[in-house]
Amino acid sequence: MTEFQTVVGLEFHAELKTNTKIFCSCPTTFAGEPNTHVCPVCLGLPGVLPVLNKRAVELAMKAGLALNCQISPFSKFDRKNYFYPDLPKAYQVTQYPLPICKSGYITVPDADGNEKKIRINRIHLEEDAGKLVHSGESISTSNYSLPDYNRAAVPLIEIVSEPDMASADEAKAFGDKLKLILEYAGVSDVKMEQGSLRCDVNISLMPKGSDKLGTKVEIKNLNSFRAMYRAIQFEEDRQRRMIEKGEKLIQETRTWDEGSGRTLSMRSKENDHDYRYFPEPDLVPTVITPEWIEAVRSELPELPDTREQRLKEECGLSDYDCAQIVDTPALAFFFDEVAKLFPDTKIIANWLLGDVSRLMNSAEKEYEQVPIVAEDLVYLLDQAKSGAINNNSAKTVLEEMFTSGKMPAEIISERGFAQISDSAMLEDAVKAVIEANEKAAEDFRTGKQQAMGFLMGQIMKATKGQANPNLVKELLAKMLK
Amino acid sequence: MSIYDMTINELQQALTNKTFTSYELTKKYLERIAEIDPIIHAYITITADAALAAAKASDERRANGQLLSDLDGIPMALKDIFCTDGILTTCASKILANFVPPYNATCWQRLADAGAVLLGKCNLDEFAMGSSTENSAFFATRNPFDIERTPGGSSGGSAAAVSADLAAYTLGTDTGGSVRQPAHYCGVVGIKPTYGLISRFGIIPYASSLDQAGVFAKSVYDCATVLEVVSGHDERDSTSTPYPIGDYRGACRRDVKGMKIGMPNEFFEEGIDPRTIEIVNKAAEKFAAAGAEIIEVSLPHTKYALPAYYILACAEASSNLARYDGVRYGVRVDKPSLEEIFCATRSAGFGDEVKRRILLGTYALSSGYYDAYYNKTLQVRTLIKEDYDRVFASGIDCLLTPVTPGPAFKLGEMLDDPLTMYMTDICTVPINIAGLASLVVPFADIEGLPVGVQLIGAPFSEEKLFTAASAVEVPRRLPPDILEQAAEKGVER
Ligand SMILES: [Zn+2]
Repeated sequence: MTEFQTVVGLEFHAELKTNTKIFCSCPTTFAGEPNTHVCPVCLGLPGVLPVLNKRAVELAMKAGLALNCQISPFSKFDRKNYFYPDLPKAYQVTQYPLPICKSGYITVPDADGNEKKIRINRIHLEEDAGKLVHSGESISTSNYSLPDYNRAAVPLIEIVSEPDMASADEAKAFGDKLKLILEYAGVSDVKMEQGSLRCDVNISLMPKGSDKLGTKVEIKNLNSFRAMYRAIQFEEDRQRRMIEKGEKLIQETRTWDEGSGRTLSMRSKENDHDYRYFPEPDLVPTVITPEWIEAVRSELPELPDTREQRLKEECGLSDYDCAQIVDTPALAFFFDEVAKLFPDTKIIANWLLGDVSRLMNSAEKEYEQVPIVAEDLVYLLDQAKSGAINNNSAKTVLEEMFTSGKMPAEIISERGFAQISDSAMLEDAVKAVIEANEKAAEDFRTGKQQAMGFLMGQIMKATKGQANPNLVKELLAKMLK
Repeated sequence: MSIYDMTINELQQALTNKTFTSYELTKKYLERIAEIDPIIHAYITITADAALAAAKASDERRANGQLLSDLDGIPMALKDIFCTDGILTTCASKILANFVPPYNATCWQRLADAGAVLLGKCNLDEFAMGSSTENSAFFATRNPFDIERTPGGSSGGSAAAVSADLAAYTLGTDTGGSVRQPAHYCGVVGIKPTYGLISRFGIIPYASSLDQAGVFAKSVYDCATVLEVVSGHDERDSTSTPYPIGDYRGACRRDVKGMKIGMPNEFFEEGIDPRTIEIVNKAAEKFAAAGAEIIEVSLPHTKYALPAYYILACAEASSNLARYDGVRYGVRVDKPSLEEIFCATRSAGFGDEVKRRILLGTYALSSGYYDAYYNKTLQVRTLIKEDYDRVFASGIDCLLTPVTPGPAFKLGEMLDDPLTMYMTDICTVPINIAGLASLVVPFADIEGLPVGVQLIGAPFSEEKLFTAASAVEVPRRLPPDILEQAAEKGVER
């Protein structure tokens, strides 16, 4: 029986994190009453003209640089023509033959755990459409639909991979990595649930060892990476069965139905739109100089791969700890901030991955919303490290910092956590304990080490646990000499 | 001299001398519009109240010594393709019959800021598609020199308004000759400046890569005066160039002596009325007599300009006009389904010529035909441009050519023959294709009908055009009395 090779290519749409839309100065804010973030330009009124948002170009360049692409010195926009009420001009301004970025790649682990290069064909800049708000549950059960153009002309990049992925796992790994890189680069919010990152799949099967691609199917309506993963697996299976039964696959667009866990046919290639692309005459070509590219490159933060390498090499963290930190950009950035002020990165990692993460989880918060600042955490770590407070107290202080928002110094003093490190103050307590426990003191003098533990315990009890244990040891040794 | 026949300069002097106020002048123009326009039909909308208020404000500025410009207080009009904040802007289409834009076209804003007094909005071929103004969804405009003839198009209303003294000057737009051809038919001066000199923001597009605003005026100098105000970079139009505005009025006073004027053979071939050729030759003689050098040149790709124009313009139009779907603004024909709303709205809203061009353009961009038509046309466009580059690089200052094969044709004469009508654009479209500057100045007549000559210059060589045009300019010829013509020809108001 023939063995089949799965061939997957992915297309991602990411909303760029600009303050304003791609061709006008309306805000890109996600929230807002319908049709409040609109103007004559993004409503496509007669006679108005687009003016390209420079920041959108820079974010697209950033994405390109982060994904190892070539930035085109000369790119231009085209019109993609089709009628739909959410598309105010009845054409989308996008890039067709001359996109802003070309020929990139990222690496993901393959089935054997080896690094595999997945090539990126192109990244192009375009505008988003508005959306239809249906009067009922769905378009088919609604009496009417109303267009909301708040999202119309929000800048997007479309990232198109080569068909280099051989499984749902590789596709998922590619998606995760891409999302992480875009997030680090500050290009996009990459929130699939809010639609700031969207994904389409192209999938076909071919006999193993062949170089002739099979009939390609496009899958749309994937609202999560989990849906993408399941859709690829479903489609692999469906296509294999059809080929085995000798049925002919048709080139078509299918939609993922989350409820039934199946892909359903939407339209075949023959019924596909003819978008009649042609150059957008209202915009001049985008010319990008090497200097501009370098200026944008200098804005790029450290990206996941190099960051992971550095954490391993410079901070001596375990592979597991590194991956944990790198996978959450906000955590990684917080780690960097703390590390600038506190030298022991191992301690930082323990705290951030331990208590801080536990507190974030139980508060059901994302790391971006961490309620403490680096300086306060460093103060706490310093206190614990120097012995000014003990470890358990430090954990309690951290917890209270989370809940009350108070400064650590304030909590330590309110709770009386400060250890007594003043030998004059401790001397009296030590003296009193020695006097009250003559027997134990005598044992200690004659070299019975257990007596030390007992005396220590008594002193701690007397000082309500605030005595600095090292200092107590010192004093005992001195007084019982 | 009649108040209506005065140039901007003369009007400005009379206003300064308190011979009359802007209010009185505006009132006079409105009276003439009320009397004559029911015959000429130059206007779609007359903004009498706003005009009188603007004139009053201008008079106050004048009294306070705060004049905004040499256009302050001068009554003018706009082709109804320029968006005017709060004023109906129809593009002579049923689909925009109720459209009131909430913004001003940049060039109108600049005129308003200069104190211009807007009398109204002028008729045109629907969406500027046509050469006779007969494609207006509302009514055809008549040529003041013979009210049974076309004023030309698409800016026929704007040209007729200046010709019939229904405005001191007007703005039009020119995609393939829509300023120059009607200027020529109506005996007024018309300029289509270089693509990018005047902002396109707020001008309802027909073909974006060819559209350019232009000026109609009663003299070359008036034309220069207005162009200085409306030109210049606009950050809202990325295709408007940062090229500095020239000293166009200064250029009108410069000597044409020593200028090299080219006459391209390809513009004098078969199909051009011999009487037209004779007139252009007379203009050449006048140039020569003034000390300019006349040089024969060749622009071998000229014959491809007309088909290239219709493919490019229709392709862009098919996309530019797609937004009129009845969803957001304009007129909607309600139907049970979305597709039916689109179809019914667009079927009812657009006229035949607009539909014809949308279909042509859609076809030219369709997959499978794109390379044969659109892409080929882009190559042809480059060849045509290179023809002109070569000629201007050889030291030619400007070209002298006919504007159209003959004078204005009769209304209705070409309605059933769009291809012959398209042929009238043969001398004007290459200029838009190549993005050049061009000016038409009245020079003579054929059987009483005005005939102008076309001057063509390299991009941003408007100053040279003004120098050359001033050298051949003849005293303005007035059209025969409109009311008498109407009585004679049995045309009712
Ligand atoms: Zn907007």
